Amino acid sequence: MQKSDCIIGIEHVYKYFGDKAVLNDVNLFVRKGEFVTILGPSGCGKTTLLRLIAGFQTASEGEISIAGKDITQTPPHKRPVNTVFQKYALFPHLNVFNNIAFGLKLKKMPSATITKKVKQALKMVGMTDYEYRDVDSLSGGQQQRVAIARAIVNEPEVLLLDEPLAALDLKMRKDMQMELKEMHKSLGITFVYVTHDQEEALTLSDTIVVMSEGKIQQIGTPIDIYNEPINSFVADFIGESNVLNGLMVKDKLVTFAGREFECVDEGFGDNVPVDVVIRPEDIYIFEPSEAAMLTGTVTSSIFKGVHYEMMVQTPNGYEFMVQDYHCFDTGMEVGLLVKPFDIHVMKKERTCNTFEGKLVDATHVEFLGCVFECKEVKDIDPETPVKVEVNFEHVILEDNEEDGKLTGEVKFILYKGNHYHLTVFTDWDENIFVDTNDVWDDGDRVGITIAPENIRIIH
Amino acid sequence: MRRRNWTIPYAVFLAIFVVMPLLLILIYAFTNADGAFTFANFRKFMMHPEAINTFVYSIGIAIITTLICLILGYPAAYILSQARFNTSRTMVMLFILPMWVNILIRTLATVALFDFLDFPLGEGALIFGMVYNFLPFMIYPIYNTLQKMDSSLVEAAQDLGANPLQVFIKTIFPLSMPGVMSGVVMVFMPTVSTFAIAELLTMNNIKLFGTTVQENINNGMWNYGAALSLIMLILIGVTILFSNDSDDTSNEGGVI
Repeated sequence: MQKSDCIIGIEHVYKYFGDKAVLNDVNLFVRKGEFVTILGPSGCGKTTLLRLIAGFQTASEGEISIAGKDITQTPPHKRPVNTVFQKYALFPHLNVFNNIAFGLKLKKMPSATITKKVKQALKMVGMTDYEYRDVDSLSGGQQQRVAIARAIVNEPEVLLLDEPLAALDLKMRKDMQMELKEMHKSLGITFVYVTHDQEEALTLSDTIVVMSEGKIQQIGTPIDIYNEPINSFVADFIGESNVLNGLMVKDKLVTFAGREFECVDEGFGDNVPVDVVIRPEDIYIFEPSEAAMLTGTVTSSIFKGVHYEMMVQTPNGYEFMVQDYHCFDTGMEVGLLVKPFDIHVMKKERTCNTFEGKLVDATHVEFLGCVFECKEVKDIDPETPVKVEVNFEHVILEDNEEDGKLTGEVKFILYKGNHYHLTVFTDWDENIFVDTNDVWDDGDRVGITIAPENIRIIH
Repeated sequence: MRRRNWTIPYAVFLAIFVVMPLLLILIYAFTNADGAFTFANFRKFMMHPEAINTFVYSIGIAIITTLICLILGYPAAYILSQARFNTSRTMVMLFILPMWVNILIRTLATVALFDFLDFPLGEGALIFGMVYNFLPFMIYPIYNTLQKMDSSLVEAAQDLGANPLQVFIKTIFPLSMPGVMSGVVMVFMPTVSTFAIAELLTMNNIKLFGTTVQENINNGMWNYGAALSLIMLILIGVTILFSNDSDDTSNEGGVI
């Protein structure tokens, strides 16, 4: 990207709260006039990133620039950005007019100009004649409009929006989405929009930045992000998807769900474990016939308005979500077909758990803040730092926290067709990844054990 | 028993200990020693320059005390409300702690302290004593409003281009007015009517209005004393009305 049309530059930005890295090496460039959405689940660091741009917090490391000027240490009132806050943050002691005029008055503009600009801004957000109303007397949607007017009246180079529609009801939210998009078009300024709502992100943005755990996972247009998710997190977070473990046999040939499929992806190497993503609307469903690549039984069928959403179970235990305009009832035998182009293959982020650890003695190893029994290790001295590997399926979760060596909280659940892939955030502040057939809920507290024979120690 | 009956004990309590005494003050204030209706008590006050002087002086002392409390208390409350100075509320506790000790004991201790330091008792000591005694009543309500203030409002002001001073003048201070108002009332009210602190800290050399009331009643001048009390009551009532006017949006100032 050329530097000249880049309005916001974020380079190698880290932010720590205590020891915890909330942002971890974030790099992002925003073009002038772009509508960029930062999307991610709560706690992924998206709001922190926005606050760093606004200047309410300063980066621990790295550089942030706006319009070519380094503003990493600039206080918020000197930055050419304005923010629309999630809970509006309108001044309760001022009326609508004075709320909107707040920034203009600070700039010591003549009052005739202020009045004109405030009226324009109110017109822009469809709130003409509300000037002298008390902000507390306005509805949530109206307050949000005033908040937007208060920000855009200052003609900032960049408008930052922190989940501005999160507090509105669905209908209102849809209307406001369209209005925001219109506003973006007519104002021509850069919008940076933070949301956890993937549909909102797909609707509004020119570019979506998907974040998770303080890291940017993927940057791309809504279409790219939807069709070519870079990893299982993005695939699962954006839209509905079937994510399965697969094996890339060779270029353009992948196996999953017990058979080989032709695909269009290449360059992974031979016999490499991969994640396979298939969108539910890309699976063809029909009465069993010669053309079927997979057969199965419909286990549930739900009418969703435009389409039906059906779960199909194959004889070898894989489950697929399928969306189709035609309904196949529960219990029916069906055939499934996927076109090569609709099979999306992604590199696996990891194939097993890896931890930094320390050997205690020949049969004990310390990692994740606990001492685990392991198989006898001969050629490594005690107290040596070692690498510890544990396969996903060898981590055992216990209902009772006391039964586990370690405790943690289930944080992210990914259904992989025939098992769940869980991310468990341990109380040692590190993630452990688990494959299991049991059903756990987000936020469940669990105990974690690992059998001695399943701990691999690498010097 | 119907729920409304539960209020009976409280109603009885209020009738005996609040309404009755107020009525008695009213009756005594407008009667003479023989029980006949008269304005003589008020006329006596008006004609008596010494009494008026004491009255004005008391108000003056109360205003000065309130102002000093506000000037000292606001920054203290502000600092306390910033999380980084007050993670465990220990500091707030330290400010509130003196209020656990009885006001007379505190004042006697102050007298002893001044004696020890050879500081002359008098007007200076009086104001010091009042500020010392009533400062927490100013700090706490202001601290309360500041602490509950939505931090995004401060951020919004910064975001719209306000420098730290402007943020304070245009956002934080106006938003803390409810707290300031209840602080002012809570300091002004007791200081205008106090007499014990004045007696102890000025060796009875300076008379406040409260002292005058107390003397009159002690000397059996019930009617005149009641009239003076009524005047003081009206003054305090006016202060409260005035403070309520400027704060119709919320009562989050919160008395302790």
